[in-house]
Amino acid sequence: MTESIRFILNGELREVSGLPPSMTLLQYLRERAHLTGTKEGCAEGDCGACTVAIGRLNNGKVDYQSINACIAFLPTLDGREVVTVEHLKSKTGQLNPVQDAMVKCHGSQCGFCTPGFVMALSTLMHNCKDAKDDDIQDAIAGNLCRCTGYRPILDAARLANKSKDRELPSDVNALEKIQRKKMFAYEAGGAKFFAPVTGEELVEVYAQYPNATMLAGGTDVGLWVTKFHMDLPVIIYTGNVEGLRSIRETAEGLEIGAAVSYTDAFEALAAYDGSMLDMFKRFASVHIRNAGTVGGNIANGSPIGDGPPPLIALNAKLVLRSKAGARTLNLEDFFLAYKKQDRKQGEIVEKIIVPKKPAGVQFRVYKISKRFDQDISAVCGAFAADIQNGKVVEARIAFGGMAGTPKRATHAENALKGQPWNEATLQKAVAALDKDYAPMTDMRASAKYRADVARNLLKRFFIETTEPDVETQVYRYAE
Amino acid sequence: MLNKADLETNASIDGGMGQAKPHDSAHLHVAGEATYTDDIREPRGCLYAYVLKSPHAHAKIKKLDVSACSIPGVHAVMTAKDIPGVNDAAPVVGGDPIFAESEVLYAGQSIFAVAADSVDIARKAAAKAVVEYEPLPAILNTHDAIKAKKFVGDTYVMAQGDSTVLKKSKHQFHGAIDIGGQDHFYLEGQIALATPLENGEFHCWSSTQHPSEVQHLIAKMLKIPDHLVTVEVRRMGGAFGGKESQASLIACIAAALAWKSKRPVKLRLDRDDDMLMTGKRHPFHISWDVGFNDEGLIEGIDFTQAADAGMSPDLSNAIADRAMFHADNCYYLGNSKVTSYRCFTHKVSNTAFRGFGGPQGMLAMEYVIDDIARQLGKDPQAIRKVNLYDPKGKLKDRCTTHYGMTVEDNIIADIFAKIEKTGDYAKRREEIARFNRTSKILKKGLALTPVKFGISFTLTMLNQAGALVHVYKDGTVQLNHGGTEMGQGLHTKVAQVVADVFQIDLDKVRVTATNTSKVPNTSATAASSGSDLNGKAAEAACVTIRDRLIDFAVGHFGVKKDNVRFTPAGVQVDGKMLSFKELVQLAYTNRVSLSSTGFYKTPKIDWDRPKAKGRPFYYFAYGAAITEVIVDTLTGEYNFLRADLLHDVGRSLNPAIDIGQIEGGFVQGVGWLTSEELWWNEKGELKTHAPSTYKIPTGRDIPKDFRVALFDGDNQEETIYRSKAVGEPPLMLGISAFLAIRDAVAACGKPHCLPPLMAPATPENVLKAIQAVQA
Ligand SMILES: Cc1cc2nc3c(=O)[nH]c(=O)nc-3n(C[C@H](O)[C@H](O)[C@H](O)COP(=O)(O)OP(=O)(O)OC[C@H]3O[C@@H](n4cnc5c(N)ncnc54)[C@H](O)[C@@H]3O)c2cc1C
Ligand code: FES
Ligand code: FES
Repeated sequence: MTESIRFILNGELREVSGLPPSMTLLQYLRERAHLTGTKEGCAEGDCGACTVAIGRLNNGKVDYQSINACIAFLPTLDGREVVTVEHLKSKTGQLNPVQDAMVKCHGSQCGFCTPGFVMALSTLMHNCKDAKDDDIQDAIAGNLCRCTGYRPILDAARLANKSKDRELPSDVNALEKIQRKKMFAYEAGGAKFFAPVTGEELVEVYAQYPNATMLAGGTDVGLWVTKFHMDLPVIIYTGNVEGLRSIRETAEGLEIGAAVSYTDAFEALAAYDGSMLDMFKRFASVHIRNAGTVGGNIANGSPIGDGPPPLIALNAKLVLRSKAGARTLNLEDFFLAYKKQDRKQGEIVEKIIVPKKPAGVQFRVYKISKRFDQDISAVCGAFAADIQNGKVVEARIAFGGMAGTPKRATHAENALKGQPWNEATLQKAVAALDKDYAPMTDMRASAKYRADVARNLLKRFFIETTEPDVETQVYRYAE
Repeated sequence: MLNKADLETNASIDGGMGQAKPHDSAHLHVAGEATYTDDIREPRGCLYAYVLKSPHAHAKIKKLDVSACSIPGVHAVMTAKDIPGVNDAAPVVGGDPIFAESEVLYAGQSIFAVAADSVDIARKAAAKAVVEYEPLPAILNTHDAIKAKKFVGDTYVMAQGDSTVLKKSKHQFHGAIDIGGQDHFYLEGQIALATPLENGEFHCWSSTQHPSEVQHLIAKMLKIPDHLVTVEVRRMGGAFGGKESQASLIACIAAALAWKSKRPVKLRLDRDDDMLMTGKRHPFHISWDVGFNDEGLIEGIDFTQAADAGMSPDLSNAIADRAMFHADNCYYLGNSKVTSYRCFTHKVSNTAFRGFGGPQGMLAMEYVIDDIARQLGKDPQAIRKVNLYDPKGKLKDRCTTHYGMTVEDNIIADIFAKIEKTGDYAKRREEIARFNRTSKILKKGLALTPVKFGISFTLTMLNQAGALVHVYKDGTVQLNHGGTEMGQGLHTKVAQVVADVFQIDLDKVRVTATNTSKVPNTSATAASSGSDLNGKAAEAACVTIRDRLIDFAVGHFGVKKDNVRFTPAGVQVDGKMLSFKELVQLAYTNRVSLSSTGFYKTPKIDWDRPKAKGRPFYYFAYGAAITEVIVDTLTGEYNFLRADLLHDVGRSLNPAIDIGQIEGGFVQGVGWLTSEELWWNEKGELKTHAPSTYKIPTGRDIPKDFRVALFDGDNQEETIYRSKAVGEPPLMLGISAFLAIRDAVAACGKPHCLPPLMAPATPENVLKAIQAVQA
């Protein structure tokens, strides 16, 4: 049954077979293609040493995004283009503007992080006609450098940004030739990989292999292999299913397909409510957001996922689908217990629906972690309060990091409901949070810190909605 | 031949001393063409290794049976009893078994290793071994170690005068700080590739700062003479001290498996294994009693430093010594005593890390200054100034350290004067006070802290270096020296020295990989000493060759010695000008040796450790930083708004590289004291062993406004071109960031409050300190 994996690597068609489906792109590059410019610093998507650009055909042109090669499985690249650091020099051996600026600005010391930074910034230059400082910071939020202290890298990016010549080399024709109209099926060493292209194919193949691992962006599943060394006998990849990759505005609200990347979803959600932006910037890194999906973030049931708290506060619905049909439930009801979700055999997460935000609803989401960029929440709190004439008509509060699942603060919500939005009400709601949550201690934060911060975030929400002139966020202050 | 006019138009060579040349590998780094150990094409038949680690912090090994590991694809299994020689990879006094014998002393300790056709097979094979443990109680902090009297070295004291006079001071207090450790987080993990050669020889590529030690330890392990082992390192993807002694274990395991399988073996630790198996910066608990007068002048001080050394001595005794040497930072302590405990804990053995104990000693001193200022209600700068060593060493009674060294080159007062001005210190103090009065949730803080860092290995023997320089017939030069390149730009700087001696462009000089067969018996590239030592050794080699060329020219052309000059335009011989290449060719034809070694040893140093008196350092490097921060009092989060750094590198060999070291060091120091938290659970398992949980700074964490300048001035000592070492000292400029946070926290409490902020100042620790001062 097996077909070979076809992709364009640095301008050349590669047809690969016989390699396990869970081999990562990084392993392939370093060990098979002998392209050792792309480095491994962590094998978990957190350091950026493995950053490459992936091209995807979109209406006759190629869209490039940076991703972490260390957690991308090779067969997910079928039909895509891969650009690595070795492909940036011109035919005559000239450095590209980012490379050149990195040399001029002394942006490398040990040089081990450098190819990753170069790829992250070259992708940014390709996509962004004029990169502002914040765009630059964002583009490298997933790249760690232990030597330079970043200043020269930022300067190099600013210098490269002055260049006109900023395109990644692309070959639309070559890409067009390797697109598929039907499901891609691959097998090697006894392990199977399916990449359906329609929703029907997806539920069909899932019904056939109900124990298969669903794979979307692989920013969780990739780590099961690279960190926990799990064997995945059957993988079903959702990344090519058109129906799961779309965002639609309907009468009910915003419909976001499960396989929509966070990069795309955030754009839509930020337009929906601007206050989401603060949190989105702190959600992983550009590379992870380019790969990771809304569906994966929900389906994994993580108690520290950052998607669910704001979506729950906004009363989002979740649509699950199997061969038997679809069902819709409130997002919060999907999370039953730690690592236990309401997903039946053969069911996939199809989409979420975020209802239109009623006028008068004040909404905020806050993420707190040790570091701003690319860190997992100690606490993530989302607050939506319908405040009319100084009174809380209704409030929805949800937290991540405070329980075994993303969870609503029903006691605190009740303490607010129907009450005047004032200091006394706030104190009652703050006290009620202790009944809602009994957080735990781990390496990210102690139980006490989590509880204290949850209370203080509710205070912050109060201050921001009642005294908008008061500065409350250090990261905003600096801008 | 060139003429005189060329000489005048061509004033300087390209890449001479003091020029801001890019790193010699920069063009390779950016293109992905720089070769690191894992990028080397593996020799035919190469095997891949995996190490099984102890899951327990402390346990007896009751049974170890590896017979089931021999699955298809496995070619060698090594346990402690398979080692023909000495089962130890320790740098100094032993205690670091390559494979555990009857007892494990930390979670992550190596038990045995497998070499197989792939890492996957090796890992699966290792899981098949039968290992039975009897868990034993573990000591996990310095407090328990002191109670149990478990130490890795003797308790050591440095003292001057009588510290008990502090009891007579008008003001006295007792204080303490917990200081966390730090993982090196070099981007390239530990790795080695060992290949057996003919006639019992071994070659090993190792990502190490100390090739000679790796060579020696492999030989000792295999019970073979040193001359059978060659160790080579082209470059490291960062090291920071983490590959000074820690690389040996990895290289020894690879070599042991290569010996057993008779095949090349590569061992590359993945990030988790790297962080679990190798040592880190020492956590410290430091307490003090101090007495001072109304001006804040310290009248007596007594420090107790407890270093968490982990399970073996490694380099801990030298590191703890350096923490003591820097207990004074820039201040005259007078009647003082520093007591140091080197505590044994059941954790990975802590090791060298940029600063080597200095940062911890210095942080405590700056904390004391901060506390004195807060108690007296004065600006900390006022307290700093009254306590400085006497500038220029005029007042003899106020320029002797607590270990008896005279501070001769004190320039810190000049640095203060300059940075207070360029950094607008006084004005910003006022602005911040104003801001804090009106800002309800966010508070700002500001701190200015100095650094005085002693340069030299405190083990005098280590202050030596060698180089080997070849001049080829075409006038190009190959430079070999004992130092290793880890990103610090050492090869670039030393090549600049060579270019300068011969007055040839830098591109004519090629630095080779560091190789124990070219320069023997080298010291680690550590203690910031790389360019001081190797620059001088290379200079000596070049001068030898240059002198031979001069002597040859004198004889050949019949000119006076003084009339042979190496200039940017070529070699001037009386009125004639020869290109360097022409002279070299001529010399070769006339059978002049064009190759030489060079050697250097640091002068003046003299340290009597038993008496705890002497001159351990050749000179001091200085610097100061002002950092401003804004803190969120609801969450403990913070953001650095501005930092001004002014640092002394003597006369810079390469300003671009020096500034890179200063900025990089500062940011690493800030990381150590802010977001980088090592977290062990109650069983002694490290739970922050990957970047997902261990957070080093990113681009957004650096100060929004970041100003860095070099302090103008030559080294008073005769170092290479009067430059100063720069690797470690700037890390300690990061202390200003920590005290800036503390300053902001203090703004949440009553006047004179002493925020109990512990390091690292994670948002959680900051919030804790805020709650404490608000209570
Ligand atoms: C470096 C790094 C940083 C990160 N930072 C953050 C962060 O800041 N905040 C945060 O919330 N998360 C973070 N994550 C976690 C992760 O990126 C997110 O949870 C992401 O949204 C997962 O999506 P994915 O598409 O990559 O999921 P995958 O890894 O592909 O899948 C995750 C899970 O969902 C299942 N699944 C996927 N799609 C479907 C479907 N359609 N139907 C049914 N099941 C499905 C998979 O089987 C798997 O169990 C981070 C991860 C990494 C590696
Ligand atoms: S190797 Fe670190 S992100 Fe991929
Ligand atoms: S240059 Fe060494 S990690 Fe960036």
